[in-house]
Amino acid sequence: MDLSPLRHAEGCVVTKTYRRKLDIGNGRVDLSHGAGGRAMAQLIADIFHTALDNDWLRQGNDQSVFEAPKGRMAMTTDAFVVSPLFFPGGDIGSLAVHGAVNDIAMSGAKPLYLSASFIIEEGFPLSDLARIAESMGAASRAAGVPVITGDTKVVERGKADGVFITTTGVGAVPEGLDLSGDKARPGDVLLVSGSIGDHGVAVMSKRENLEFDCEILSDSAALHGLVADMVAAAGAALRLMRDPTRGGLAATLNEIAQQSRVGFRIEEAAIPVKPEVAAACELLGLDPLNVANEGKLIAVVAPEAAPALLEAMRAHPLGRDAAIIGAAVEDERRFVQMTSSFGGARIVDWLAGEQLPRIC
Amino acid sequence: MKYVDEFRDGDLARGLARSLATSARDDREYRFMEFCGGHTHAISRYGLEDLLPPNIRMIHGPGCPVCVLPVGRIDAAIALARDPKVTLCTYADLMRVPASGGMSLIKAKAAGADIRMVYSTLDAIRIAEAEPSREVVFFAIGFETTTPPTALAIRLAAQKKLSNFSVFCNHVLTPAAMRAILAGEGEGVEIDGFVGPSHVSAVIGVRPYQFAAQQFNKPIVIAGFEPLDVMQSILMLVRQLNEGRCEVENQYGRAVTHEGNLKAQAEVADIFELRDSFEWRGLGEVPASALRLRAAYADYDAERRFGVTTPSAKDNPACECGAILRGAKRPHDCKLFGTVCTPETPMGSCMVSSEGACAAQWTYRRFDTQRVAS
Repeated sequence: MDLSPLRHAEGCVVTKTYRRKLDIGNGRVDLSHGAGGRAMAQLIADIFHTALDNDWLRQGNDQSVFEAPKGRMAMTTDAFVVSPLFFPGGDIGSLAVHGAVNDIAMSGAKPLYLSASFIIEEGFPLSDLARIAESMGAASRAAGVPVITGDTKVVERGKADGVFITTTGVGAVPEGLDLSGDKARPGDVLLVSGSIGDHGVAVMSKRENLEFDCEILSDSAALHGLVADMVAAAGAALRLMRDPTRGGLAATLNEIAQQSRVGFRIEEAAIPVKPEVAAACELLGLDPLNVANEGKLIAVVAPEAAPALLEAMRAHPLGRDAAIIGAAVEDERRFVQMTSSFGGARIVDWLAGEQLPRIC
Repeated sequence: MKYVDEFRDGDLARGLARSLATSARDDREYRFMEFCGGHTHAISRYGLEDLLPPNIRMIHGPGCPVCVLPVGRIDAAIALARDPKVTLCTYADLMRVPASGGMSLIKAKAAGADIRMVYSTLDAIRIAEAEPSREVVFFAIGFETTTPPTALAIRLAAQKKLSNFSVFCNHVLTPAAMRAILAGEGEGVEIDGFVGPSHVSAVIGVRPYQFAAQQFNKPIVIAGFEPLDVMQSILMLVRQLNEGRCEVENQYGRAVTHEGNLKAQAEVADIFELRDSFEWRGLGEVPASALRLRAAYADYDAERRFGVTTPSAKDNPACECGAILRGAKRPHDCKLFGTVCTPETPMGSCMVSSEGACAAQWTYRRFDTQRVAS
């Protein structure tokens, strides 16, 4: 039994009382953990505040007040519903941090703060929740971007899939930098920071009914350090960056082609794909170009700055396999076309529906 | 990737392209049907048509089990899934196939039907074991390639005495479809030879295709699915025609033997028997072209168990899937292609399956209107 005092609404200590310690090893989330009472306060304190500890959370307010730098800010929000929750190389907690950090970073901004919202299914093991929170805390500390406010809800069994996390991030955009998906111009060079498809294959390898032995780890990582080096190397010649998450490289290039009203020509042989990823995709009838990434980015840059940008990317640990994979071209149809390793051409299209293995 | 990269070597492909350019005679056209959707997919994905001389034309055949399943069978599956006690297990490809009234399995699932996507027949068996209060029906579909796993599931269900598992059997046979196409030749279809099914032949061997060479004088090359396999097979077909030969050749010797997989054949023969006739989308009723469960396994036959009827259902009248599946028309010939019919809003089956001719054309080669329309 933990005999620590509880506080009532005004914050003063009213009495010493018995408090049953949260049984993180064997306990499960129940509806009381989302009901706004002591149980919820204890869950938040023992799991989230412990794992994510920082000055703002310690104040215990329903919001956090922070200093904002001068100039323009970037803001993003992202919901994470990955299944399974734990996969080789990561889990939903670290993913929720990296996802928001990267979405901010793709504007060239320095990510400053995050918020996190948890929707937890009744019956979810406390040990898994603690593991997710700790992973989130570790990712947040490693990135130097604290989670300064959050929210917790518990829903009845069957109304969620374990846990869903939504993160929101804010960041400061350096003066003079104006990256946007509509800025690609014909002739601009297209780069990717490393091998594609690692995250999607790592997650699929552990998915129910689809388990296969796989050495591939998710590439989930915070990219703002790499981005800072890229901004330093290319400056205003950098047109845009984007992390090719859901829908993979194919969807991302099609999005940019639409926004910028250009086409893209890419070279299949230049696109880095790990042999294990290629093999898994082959087995499942999937195209690595459609498979999700969580620690990779693509960049479009004015041609004169491409060599310096490539060099800067390769000098960073998260960009050491960076490659030039193609260029933007004039095309009023806004097609993304790829020259195959055979020399034939084909369209790289959006994924239609969900990417699913074929029958035969 | 051992055993794959070897068959995707760009230099070898260019060498084969040079051989094709010198082998193909200028004074004639070569019209080859690739029967399988897998070949269609490989041709489109690797841009192989760019490497072929202009007088070699590929015609996309009916070799996609999703594409050839008639609307009535999907309607029947949806009706089964709407039975509150039924859990319908299906391969994911089928989920978006248009059924009657704008319905599909994915829409029926969203409306509350218990439809689950599985990756193998054994997943369906596991669900039946785990949920004994549910009637688990496996929506079996496919050519000879996917029939042995269905047979295995029925065998396992019998061994385990699973009383809540059954199969809605839609397995169809490729030689019968090829015969139907050849019998209908002249109705807009002109074929000089076939790039033959390979994974199917891994099961049934080479022999079942000899009728095409012997009775219809069409050469066949059983071809692997890798791009170099396809290129080499096209070259083998060109050489056969140039030399006046008409044979069933086996390019895919690393996986296909003359006799095929005898064990799988025996298992299939034990559990399934021929239907007198079966409707194919695009080909209509084709005699002796599909399988059903033998009477000894009637307990596992969803059609008998649930009294399934296959309602008559019509495709969209403007949809040219039927002619495209027979090779009589090409995707761009269809007024719906790329207008109202796209992979996001498929009107016909050829646009639904990733291996369908229209989906492959739209996804990989829709810039190529000139060549296709020529």
